[in-house]
Amino acid sequence: MRMIRLKMKDIMKNRSTMDRNYGDIFVEDIPVNDAGRKKRRGKKTEKAISEEEYTGSGSAYYDDEEEQERIRRKKNRGLVQMSYLMVALFLSMAAYLIYLNVELRDDLNSNPYNTKQAVYQEQIIRGNIYSEDGETLAVTEVAEDGTESRYYPYSNLFAHIVGYATNGKSGVESVNNYELTTSHASILDQIREEKLDTKVQGDSIVLTLNSRLQAACYQALGDNKGAIVVLEPDTGKILAMVSKPDFDPNTIEQDWDALINDETNSSLFNRAIQGQYPPGSTFKILTALEYIREHPNDYQNFSYNCDGRISKEDVTITCYEGEVHGYENLESSFVNSCNGAFAQIGMEIDNRSFKALCEDFMFNKDTPLDLPSSQSLFRLTENASYGEEMMTAIGQGETLVSPLEMALVSATVANGGTMMKPYYIDRIETYDQEVVKQYKPSKYKELMSAEEVEIISGFMEKVVTEGTARKLSGESYTAAGKTGSAEYGSKDGEHGTHSWFTGYLDVENPKLAISVIIEDGGAGSASAVPAAKQIFDTWWYELQYE
Amino acid sequence: MVKLIVEFSKYVLIFLIVIYTLQSILIFAKRNEEAREFLFLRQNVVMFCIHFVAFMVLYLQMEEAQLLIFYGEQALYLAATLIFFRHLYPKASKLAINNMCMLITIGFIMVTRLSYDQSVKQFKICVIGTVIALIVPWLISKLKFITKFAWVYAVLGIGLLAAVAVMAQVTNGAKLALTVGGITLQPSEFVKIIYVFCIAGMLSKSTDFNQIIKTSILAAVHVLILVASTDLGSALIYFMTYLIMLFVATRDWRWLILGIAGFALAAVAAYFLFAHVRVRVEIWKDPFAVYEGSGYQVAQALFAIAAGGWFGTGLFQGSPTEIPYVDQDFMFAAIAEEMGSIFCICVILICMSCFIMFVNIAMKMVNDFYRYVALGLACTYAIQVFLTIGGSMKMIPMTGVTLPFVSSGGSSMLSTLIMFSVIQGLYILRKDEDDPFEDEGYYEEPQYYGP
Repeated sequence: MRMIRLKMKDIMKNRSTMDRNYGDIFVEDIPVNDAGRKKRRGKKTEKAISEEEYTGSGSAYYDDEEEQERIRRKKNRGLVQMSYLMVALFLSMAAYLIYLNVELRDDLNSNPYNTKQAVYQEQIIRGNIYSEDGETLAVTEVAEDGTESRYYPYSNLFAHIVGYATNGKSGVESVNNYELTTSHASILDQIREEKLDTKVQGDSIVLTLNSRLQAACYQALGDNKGAIVVLEPDTGKILAMVSKPDFDPNTIEQDWDALINDETNSSLFNRAIQGQYPPGSTFKILTALEYIREHPNDYQNFSYNCDGRISKEDVTITCYEGEVHGYENLESSFVNSCNGAFAQIGMEIDNRSFKALCEDFMFNKDTPLDLPSSQSLFRLTENASYGEEMMTAIGQGETLVSPLEMALVSATVANGGTMMKPYYIDRIETYDQEVVKQYKPSKYKELMSAEEVEIISGFMEKVVTEGTARKLSGESYTAAGKTGSAEYGSKDGEHGTHSWFTGYLDVENPKLAISVIIEDGGAGSASAVPAAKQIFDTWWYELQYE
Repeated sequence: MVKLIVEFSKYVLIFLIVIYTLQSILIFAKRNEEAREFLFLRQNVVMFCIHFVAFMVLYLQMEEAQLLIFYGEQALYLAATLIFFRHLYPKASKLAINNMCMLITIGFIMVTRLSYDQSVKQFKICVIGTVIALIVPWLISKLKFITKFAWVYAVLGIGLLAAVAVMAQVTNGAKLALTVGGITLQPSEFVKIIYVFCIAGMLSKSTDFNQIIKTSILAAVHVLILVASTDLGSALIYFMTYLIMLFVATRDWRWLILGIAGFALAAVAAYFLFAHVRVRVEIWKDPFAVYEGSGYQVAQALFAIAAGGWFGTGLFQGSPTEIPYVDQDFMFAAIAEEMGSIFCICVILICMSCFIMFVNIAMKMVNDFYRYVALGLACTYAIQVFLTIGGSMKMIPMTGVTLPFVSSGGSSMLSTLIMFSVIQGLYILRKDEDDPFEDEGYYEEPQYYGP
């Protein structure tokens, strides 16, 4: 009796829930103990039973419960879908955390706002900085009493690129502070050192710069103000980077006040990447390229008769020191660095596509280099006056470039038209020379076609063989390049001429791309070309064999 | 030597939490009751190990004797919670109890590390909350009439939220807390539960068009009051929970699509209408652009996560206190910094394990009201976890809600304890529904129809 009562109760309960929503199903829900039903009951899988954790319920209710089960499953479908969605939400969080660790972590750690590095510094001895050829450029020396001091064996030679780590930070010391204050030394080593209660040695940075090439550049620049950048064209490695006037990072604390108050020298300023100079005639590489692009088949037909000056509206442009070049085609205009001819080109070419070309060459864009660097600027607009067009075409006017930018232009020509991203770190190592991270060359952009490279490089070779950079000829190496004599004038009446050279060494198989600027150095051929020659000589006759 | 222990302990903690997490996920695949029971006991052992190792590390660095006493109290509390729940409610879900205690333990460790005083307060609330939580399942299984008061819950919930919107003082740009007799409460945490009861009551009565409109209006009133008090995080939780409950009740995709479209419109409107929404979105887009002002908090949280990396810095080796309101909104970032991202992934998975358990319970309920309550509470839990963890990783804009059980904050702790015990009550109810014959001795029953 009791059993039947219970059975009825059970049915009633189900009826109450099912009546409401599933009246149609309810009709077949009345338990009938006929043979057919029994068979179906037998089919009920064990899994279904265990899933629902049914225990000891009677067969009499089986059909009933089976139906109930079926309905509940149907009702649960939406629930299951929603819970998959939610589980996906949970898993997406885990995935994002993994992504954050793999992709974003390094950037966050070296973010300039990140103050957590100060904490690391208390636990880690700042790592060393080495040149590509293994010379120590910066080292932290720990005295017996545990006081640490940063020592720069090469003093002024690497001052700007390596930087300083007291009185604030600059250069690699600043930008790569995180790497220097992180240790990838093995956990065993770390534990061993912690046992001895000494600090762990941070990772070392090996630069792409060669100490002897750097020294050659440093010498070549002499006592002049200016900058030299040397790149490896096919990789984008910065092989040397000198800026003068400079400073001694070893004595920066004592010299600090004098350095920051001295406005005429700006010695802390890295001219090689932060300097913005008028490019002068070196810019004619890009003007010529634009002209060739607009006249791919008839650029040879360009002709101009130079009488030493060109006037349009109220602007007059003269060739350097009033030289008269006579009848010229595009090549001889380039080789002679004739301002008149290029001013003429400037008026002919399309400003908009000229701007696009320069922007491809990284003008008006941030340099893809972690070190603080200035943009090179190209300001010519579509409706500029003839005067502005003429000035821009010869590299005067509002165009400003960094020495690195001009080195990149030459490197692009030398590398068959592909600009490589410049970089200055070769690898990061633990203090015992296990490589932690190896930096690899990467393309910035393919900027010139093979034909364009052939034409422009031909022009640049001629500049060396018979043009303004003749001083580079007559050696056992071949070089190509373009000189520049960039006139400047400031508001307070100061004016003069910066001496430029940009080019590359070894025409057949370019090894070095260089840009030299000597402030107030006069014509390009006067001081920048001899400086470049000194560097080319050193590399060709000495360094390349080592 | 201390440094060595700290360094070593962080790997031990990660190892232990990984084991615990694997167990709490694998349990769903185990059908054998005995094997499950064994796993649950092992989980408890692992949990006490984590608690012990972490407090040993804390003691080594804080060197305060009272910390030892505090440790003892906490261990006692955890043991008592486990024993009482198991004995008072043998049918309760042991996985949910274990996960609850595990998350509370992680909360104890981190809150103690961040602020000892705060953790003492937190502990007291936790004990009181647990006592309440021990009564709730019994109430749920006895008071069957609670299914019928949808309108009462609505009036109660809306009333409380409106009281906050009108009377509460503005703290940190949002009206959240109400002070009654010296005790500061954050009613939206508790109304969350009443709200789920309300929606469940409405939807279990009927899902015809009129009823859905009525329910939607009730839900909308809740959400709008929260938006008006600028408690965007809670508004979002309420809204999403409603949407999911509605979909499950009607099984009609159109409601879901309509709801999501409505949400998208509302989000865009909110962006243009409210300055604080724009601020949150701007921070999310680039916290460093507004680093000096509103972006500082999120930026510091990201630095903390990055500083921790996979294995963390070890307890007291990082600087999570740089993050403003770290113990409430950015607890996750603090855990990431000192315990590491692997530990954090485990925390996410433990929360997921809780959610799956809740949904399992919902699926087993016969009565629609209970089903929807279990589902609704599971959703509020999951969405809250997503909002706080996603927000502190800058995966989504920050909404300022707590990580249940782990963040410090009395209201959050209390309401989460109640939420868990309501679900336990439902689970017990279901088991009671299942086993009437077992209880009444009808074991011969199968033989009657046997072959």
